[in-house]
Amino acid sequence: MSFPWANVYKPSHPFMQWMDEKLPLPRLVYNSLGAGYPVPRNLNYFWNFGVLAGVCLMIQILTGVILAMHYSVNADSAFASTEHIMRDVNWGWMLRYAHANGASAFFVVVYIHIFRGFFYGSYKAPREMIWLLGVTIFLLMMATAFMGYVLPWGQMSFWGTQVITGLFSAIPLVGDALHQWLLGGFAPDNAALNRFFSLHFLLPFVILGVVILHVWSLHIPGSSNPTGVDVKTESDTVPFHPYYTAKDGFGLGVFLLFYCGLLFFAPNALGHPDNYIPANPLQTPAHIVPEWYFWPYYAILRAFTQNILFIPAKLMGVLAMFSSILIWFFLPWLDRSPVRSGHFRPTFRKFYWVLLVDVAVLGWCGGAPAEEPYVMISQVAAIYYFLHFLVILPVVSSIERPDPLPFSITEAVLGKDDAAALGAAA
Amino acid sequence: MTEITSTDMLDPPVADGVRRRDFINIAAVSAAGVGALAVLVPLITQMEPSADVLAESSIDVDLAAIMPGQAIKKIFRKQPLFLRNLTTKEIAEADAVPVASLRDPQTLADRTKPGHTNWLITMGVCTHLGCVPLGTGQGEPRGEFGGYFCPCHGSQYDTAARIRKGPAPKNLAVPDYIFTTATTVKVG
Amino acid sequence: MVRIIAFLAGLFFAGALLYTVLLGAYSFITEPPAPTAEKWVHARFPEKELHLASDGPFGTFDNTQQLQRGFQVYTEVCSNCHSLKYVAFRDLKALGYNDDEVKAIAAKYKVPAFDPNTGEVKSNTGVAADHFPPVVYGGQGNPPDLSLITKARHGGAIYVHSLLTGFQPQPAELLKQFPEATTPTGLYFNPYFANLNIAMPPPLTADGQVSYKDGTVATKDQMAQDVSAFLVWTAEPKLGKRHQTGWAVELFLLFATVLGYMAYQNVWRDKKH
Repeated sequence: MSFPWANVYKPSHPFMQWMDEKLPLPRLVYNSLGAGYPVPRNLNYFWNFGVLAGVCLMIQILTGVILAMHYSVNADSAFASTEHIMRDVNWGWMLRYAHANGASAFFVVVYIHIFRGFFYGSYKAPREMIWLLGVTIFLLMMATAFMGYVLPWGQMSFWGTQVITGLFSAIPLVGDALHQWLLGGFAPDNAALNRFFSLHFLLPFVILGVVILHVWSLHIPGSSNPTGVDVKTESDTVPFHPYYTAKDGFGLGVFLLFYCGLLFFAPNALGHPDNYIPANPLQTPAHIVPEWYFWPYYAILRAFTQNILFIPAKLMGVLAMFSSILIWFFLPWLDRSPVRSGHFRPTFRKFYWVLLVDVAVLGWCGGAPAEEPYVMISQVAAIYYFLHFLVILPVVSSIERPDPLPFSITEAVLGKDDAAALGAAA
Repeated sequence: MTEITSTDMLDPPVADGVRRRDFINIAAVSAAGVGALAVLVPLITQMEPSADVLAESSIDVDLAAIMPGQAIKKIFRKQPLFLRNLTTKEIAEADAVPVASLRDPQTLADRTKPGHTNWLITMGVCTHLGCVPLGTGQGEPRGEFGGYFCPCHGSQYDTAARIRKGPAPKNLAVPDYIFTTATTVKVG
Repeated sequence: MVRIIAFLAGLFFAGALLYTVLLGAYSFITEPPAPTAEKWVHARFPEKELHLASDGPFGTFDNTQQLQRGFQVYTEVCSNCHSLKYVAFRDLKALGYNDDEVKAIAAKYKVPAFDPNTGEVKSNTGVAADHFPPVVYGGQGNPPDLSLITKARHGGAIYVHSLLTGFQPQPAELLKQFPEATTPTGLYFNPYFANLNIAMPPPLTADGQVSYKDGTVATKDQMAQDVSAFLVWTAEPKLGKRHQTGWAVELFLLFATVLGYMAYQNVWRDKKH
């Protein structure tokens, strides 16, 4: 860590000293999640969600590995083996519901984490790499979640696979060949199920790897904070442990209360009933929807109903859907305002709230049937979505007059006089 | 791992406050520990046999069709089960063996139910390394002692399915069973 | 440079969408979407109320009397066409049957057994460990397996109960507005069914169709309620345990979180933030 006042790891026990010489893993932990990591003292509860996302990943890996012990990867027996888990395996119902709702909880936490980043400008220099890795994690999460939803081999699993792999057939020239290659056949079947299972098992560990990079790159500049002002002195920070371990512990408790409420009392509320019908290649459900966390993108996909110039509507939809997330990669260079935090950017702040509502509207349309007025609403919402990132943010960031920033984090927390007194004393 | 505990990090305690405050931190960490231990219960018990496996842990077998000298093989808990109707000659042979001379000393009466000494019901799993011994099917070799013969490493069992020769350490195991009628048994 | 490309891309997507939405709006005004018979009917027939012991966060399957009655309705009526293949006979113990009763129930069924060596399909007498066997159905339509039906339909038990008691003649007003919505021959009008016309003939045709051993009067509505309750159990036999565990977990978490909050305040007590 870069701050000179960071606590230094000094093992007192001979064994820990020996360990520190041979493999300084305790030192690594101490410097990344322990008392050796100075963190701005003014973080609000939105900064809990990074750690919570890590907890969600752990819950998913743990329950997922266990479910794989009982699940059967075969189009003929996958559905029945899922019911076997629900009915016969000891605590199987709990583990499966924990995994299915864990995916939802993971996305809730990550969306809050992302929108926290949007508001507080966490993507800005010097934290661009953290942001790029974060978007990568999110893309990997989406792929993992999608493939996981296929595994119970219910109606939504099957038709979801059909629709999502069908997206790739929109690509000119190679589309159909690519579609067949993805499925290993002409329609979803054993080959697709088996490869999705394999990848669904693998990708979480890839995510874990990228998370480690994400946290590593975070520890180079240190955590951002709600004022967006750089850390200047020791009084701006507190050691991660015990201050933020205590706060994260409390946050974890609150998170688990909500998560367990969902798991034990409404475990199917976020799922779709059609996935309790075994896959039937001869009958499509009345309306196919993905899981709720994909609804905004699904709305963008469906918003394109007209061919544009020489581009078919289907290809436009696919392009727009992938672009809607890929443009996040460019965010650090689109928003050029030197001020990070939305607290001090009055114009940006207004558009931020519009974006939040806009994404909610897109989500609502994505879950609704593909009929009017939802289609038109989703089209208008999609217009704003693209304009926000690609036009409004660059323009606002160059013409906006930000509010005056506090001199330091300490001043923002304690007020000018107390901070000055502290400075004089130090 | 970290040498500095939460209490070390705090500012010097004020007179009485310290004990209560330490107590809260310790209580919170303990509660987290209790929660973590409780979570282990489902994570561990999920590997125990599931309800469908347990449901197959007992079977009913009808013995009426087995003639003296014949044996049948059934599947019990995913393993072979030998059910054999001993002839009077085989019973006499088994009873004639001095028990003290056996590697795993047991009488035929120890290995059957009173009143049903002709019914030899054992697991078909060789006690050496788990192969299935021969001797139930028509024409299969029954070994030197007329019982069962394990082809893997040459263990020979007598007409009470006791080990007589070869590497196996124990007699073929007798599962728990009861006669529910004169000709049906419930095994397991 | 990034911003110039972004600007152009943004205008491209926005322009394409604007063109699309204007075209859509134009056709929406010139040819407004026609109302459908399904929407007309579903708006006029909200699903009926149903209260079961398994409802809500305290729900259990303690009402074994009703579940046994529901099982009786299933066996005597539904099982002619509908299978229950994810349920095993041994599971019925949860409805209050003892081992011998379960054995007797299982013995009434023939369970197909496939011998992979000979390719022969035999049928054995059912034992407690077996699942309910598949049901051979030769008629029109596609009777779904009922094990998971209350989880596989929006509304769950409420839907099942409404559907079972919902058979009726088509409203005259409906036929006046949508003459083409007349129920085709061989199908039956049911306002609770997604497309209004169901291939299943009314299964519960008369009060007293089954005779309950516990003396409950078997009205059509009673039978529909009982079988709905039973099908909630078949879909999720672990529901009671889930609720029980849930309360224990939530209470513990509440306690631990309050402690966590106190510890958090305690650690931070001298740091303003």
